[in-house]
Amino acid sequence: MARQMRHEKPKDLKKTLKFISRYLKKNRMALAVVVILVTISSLANIFGVYLFKPAINRYILPGNIPGLFRMLALMGILYLAGVLSSYGYTQLMVKVAQKIVLEIRGDLFRKVQTLPLSFFDKNTHGELMSRFTNDIDTISDAMNNSFTAVIQSFIIIVGTFTMLIVLSPLLSLIVLASFFCMFLFLRYSSKKSHIFFSQQQKYMGDLNGFIEETVAGQKVVKVFNHESANLKQFIVRNKKLQDSATDALTYSGILVPVVVSISYFNYAVSACIGAFLAIAGWMDLGSLASYLVYVRQTAMPVNQFAQQLNFLMAALSGAERISEIMEVSPEVDQGTVTLAHAELGKDGMLKKSDKGIWVWCRMASSGQVDLIPLRGDVRFHDVVFGYEPGQPILKKISLYAKPGQKIAFVGSTGAGKTTIASLINRLYDVNSGSITFDGIDVRDIRKDDLRRSTAVVLQDTHLFTGTIADNIRYGNMNASQEQIEQAAKLANADSFIQRLPDGYDTLLTEDGNNLSQGQRQLLAIARAAVADPPVLILDEATSSVDTYTEKLIGAAMDRLMENRTVFVIAHRLSTVRDAKAIIVLENGNILERGNHDELVAQRGRYYQLYTGQLELS
Amino acid sequence: MLKRFRKYFIKTKKDFIISTVCVSFEATFELIIPMIMASIIDVGVAQRNKSYILQRSFLMIFCSMISLVLGLFYARFAARAGQRFGAALREDEYRKVQSFSFSNLDHFNTPSLITRLTSDITILQNTICNGLRPMVRGPIMMIMALSMSILMSPQLAIVFLIAMPILGICLFLIFRKIGPLYGKMQKALDKLNSVVQENLIAIRTVKSFVRGKNENQKFENVNGAFCNSSEQAFHYASLNLPCFQFVMYATILCILWFGGNLIHIGSMKVGALTGFLSYVLQILNSLMMISNVFLMLSRSTTSANRILEVLDEPVDIVGGTEQVKVEHGSIDFDHVSFKYRKTAKRDVLSDICLHIDAGQTVGIIGGTGAAKSSLVQLIPRLYDVGSGSLKIDGHDVREYPVAYLRDAVGMVLQKNTLFSGTIRENLKWGNPEATQEELDWACRTACVDEFLSRMPEGYDTDLSQGGVNLSGGQKQRLCIARALLKHPKILILDDSTSAVDTATEARIRAGLAQLRGTTILIISQRINSIEHADRIIVLEDGKINEVGTHDILLAHNRIYRDIYEIQKEGAIA
Repeated sequence: MARQMRHEKPKDLKKTLKFISRYLKKNRMALAVVVILVTISSLANIFGVYLFKPAINRYILPGNIPGLFRMLALMGILYLAGVLSSYGYTQLMVKVAQKIVLEIRGDLFRKVQTLPLSFFDKNTHGELMSRFTNDIDTISDAMNNSFTAVIQSFIIIVGTFTMLIVLSPLLSLIVLASFFCMFLFLRYSSKKSHIFFSQQQKYMGDLNGFIEETVAGQKVVKVFNHESANLKQFIVRNKKLQDSATDALTYSGILVPVVVSISYFNYAVSACIGAFLAIAGWMDLGSLASYLVYVRQTAMPVNQFAQQLNFLMAALSGAERISEIMEVSPEVDQGTVTLAHAELGKDGMLKKSDKGIWVWCRMASSGQVDLIPLRGDVRFHDVVFGYEPGQPILKKISLYAKPGQKIAFVGSTGAGKTTIASLINRLYDVNSGSITFDGIDVRDIRKDDLRRSTAVVLQDTHLFTGTIADNIRYGNMNASQEQIEQAAKLANADSFIQRLPDGYDTLLTEDGNNLSQGQRQLLAIARAAVADPPVLILDEATSSVDTYTEKLIGAAMDRLMENRTVFVIAHRLSTVRDAKAIIVLENGNILERGNHDELVAQRGRYYQLYTGQLELS
Repeated sequence: MLKRFRKYFIKTKKDFIISTVCVSFEATFELIIPMIMASIIDVGVAQRNKSYILQRSFLMIFCSMISLVLGLFYARFAARAGQRFGAALREDEYRKVQSFSFSNLDHFNTPSLITRLTSDITILQNTICNGLRPMVRGPIMMIMALSMSILMSPQLAIVFLIAMPILGICLFLIFRKIGPLYGKMQKALDKLNSVVQENLIAIRTVKSFVRGKNENQKFENVNGAFCNSSEQAFHYASLNLPCFQFVMYATILCILWFGGNLIHIGSMKVGALTGFLSYVLQILNSLMMISNVFLMLSRSTTSANRILEVLDEPVDIVGGTEQVKVEHGSIDFDHVSFKYRKTAKRDVLSDICLHIDAGQTVGIIGGTGAAKSSLVQLIPRLYDVGSGSLKIDGHDVREYPVAYLRDAVGMVLQKNTLFSGTIRENLKWGNPEATQEELDWACRTACVDEFLSRMPEGYDTDLSQGGVNLSGGQKQRLCIARALLKHPKILILDDSTSAVDTATEARIRAGLAQLRGTTILIISQRINSIEHADRIIVLEDGKINEVGTHDILLAHNRIYRDIYEIQKEGAIA
């Protein structure tokens, strides 16, 4: 992938540099040491070659063997310094690079945790995932290789060029001209190859999309004997990618030979003119020889510099994409009301304590702390909400749920059922109107505490790598094994868990691939049960459980719902029949409300849905 | 390992050979050009021969032109070789995946298979593209420089005959360490990625349960583990450079010392010593090049292994050789037991005995995990039975060629997929040669026609990937129509009308009743979807609880009556 990313450039270089320098600054001592060591190592390299001349001229030719020994000892010290610095900077850089990457990755992950849900709606998992993989990788690669390589080749270029000027200012003009040519060519070629690479990128995306779709639907492919037809299409796309990639790589591949031959050209011209200068007596033979050795050495570092600079650019554009996420404003939480335990004191007043009932602690204006018992009274007052400005999903919804009541929402897809559930625990904030929880505006309650007081069972159950017990424990990290098994029994999950190879200790991998949809939902219900909150939101929680099993867990669900305020969003109407109030939503408005019998008697939308005249999806 | 990929190198042999030849000659010119240069100074300047200098300079330019042309050819052919290699490998892997059975697919999960087909191939391909040049140049430069230097001074050559093995051993030791470390690093990275992925997918759950801190902790652990393992790996990898420099500098010093002494004795000339020094640098440089290629190779080993795992996966369902076709569609289960993994303790289906006549309509009902889907998936051999046998028309399913068998069995899966393309293209999956009349018929039978007319371009409406602009019920109806177009002898509907409203479902059922000579199996959670079936199978925990008609089961089967009662409550009679 690195190859395709090489030609990207950050849009706002200054901002990105600022972002990345935050991390570099933390390690500035180590990085300074790295720069010094790289310099020593590079200088040892340049001087090492330079010293050949005096060693030969002064000691070998006159036959001064003890002098040669002293000279070589001196060179040995220089070389040793070079080797030690190389060892030092490579090892140090590994540590610094890993540390920086660790920090960036950690910061990114922590940041992502604070982002509002609306951010995840707008950005797909794939996009976010590639921040963690591709973008971090380019930074990591650049830190590991390019950072020191760029410094090194820069020093070598400057050092070599200095030597050239020292040896012959006149001839170095030729080198300067050839540097200029190389620069022009590199610039031209990176622009050109960008076109080829973006075309390759397009075909690559095309092929990868095809692979993703067909592999994901592979079971259907098999059922329809469609394998050979797929293969045919695959071959066509594969061929297209092959052709465009060949062109792109050819283009980038000519870079090295062109730069090398420019340097040969330079070498030849320098040799020719240098020879004439030597004949004319303007230059001595020894200087010409070392001059030409240096000329020969110029191509490599220029090439390396150009290449590594591209990698650095790719890393910077990766850093830019990461910094974009770091700049997204996190979920707003200005709530000050917190959740705590309290006991009824002797004077009949509530007092904070370690156990006892849950209370909301609200700072009154007088500076006193009001303790309000947590009961689960939820009210919507003229709530307007839309994911996109100007497109309201809920239009002035008002409703109330008293503690212990079961409220059900019914309506077709897009009617706003799930949205209502997401507003209660502030996964989203209302545009206008308000929602109150025990009389407190939910925006005044600290988010973590608000969410701790509600438990949600979603239609899609997300399981994490770990054991079954771990996954149930997700609802309450302090739950004992006994509590977990209790919750599983309540959700009727115990029987299938017992049948798994290792019972509660069965390891789930890859989002619990080996469980059926229904079994997953039972686990999610157990998870909610172990959380034991006053408010329960069931968002199509039993849609994949068959009616028979639903009936079996029905009693348990009833027990779970006892004394709790419950919001039920249901696909199947048998689930909502006994709700205190059924709310029929359509297009963000409440169309009908009442209990089952009342609504059936109305012969309205609910009746139509109920008798199967309308499709619920 | 490389041996396993030889096949793909051979496929693009010509390109590899041409590019290798180009690099070889390019490398030769790199050695020739300095020689010409030496002659300019030694002969031209010494003799003050201006025309000789000019002539030699032009020769140098000419050589560099040839080397440029060679370089350009190399770029072209190497790109072709690398891309062909990758394309051929990718094609083979895809072909292999196409031959996978359901249990093979279960073994690798979908995202992992996709990575193996996409980025793993790209990594391998990049290694080859970037590694080819140094891999060829390195040895050539080394051999040429080595022979030149031996020619110049056999005594001095002893110095690097000693130095080279030392460097070689150092590099070898580093690589031996590094191979497993890279493997460990990759594993740590996989873990890290899976934590991130799980977190992103489940972000709603994480937020709802206020588990951000917990997730951060989890991430810190895997992040730290990855950091440690990569630090270890890179620690060894970066020993490469100082090791190389150490040996190089030591060699230079030794050569200057011994060379100086040799010159002192008079058995060597100064020019030879300078030439010798430049060869030393070249030889060690080429060793370094080769070692870098190995470093790259060992990093891509993980990808190569992951690809090989796919290519090596034994496909467990191989079609029979008898050229028999399904004629009628009668089905016999004879003491069939089945489990998804051989290591699983319990059977998913155990001792199923069942006979279904051709043309019958059979309903299957049972609770979550009763193995309803497992039962029907055995019929088109999506999985193979564990023990016992399954016969269609009296022939064991394993006798039929798989293509014949699956052509005869139309199946609508519970988790179904539509593909990007138009509605027509999707329907034609059932039968590529279907006429317009046939399409109309299938759509009428599956009640697709009701919404088809409302689609902007009818049959030619483009479904974006996965058919997202259709409702669940509409998708299910399209999938049924697609299966009908196969004109199957056996039609299996695995809970395929769950999102369709009851009125439409009744119409679909009536349409299906018109099918003549087709055995129909319907799995449903709704009694009214199957109550009219000729026979109804009640499954419980992987065993047949009872088989009978609606009336018989209703009369005395406990499970059936329970389900019936529950659903009766939910509907107005």
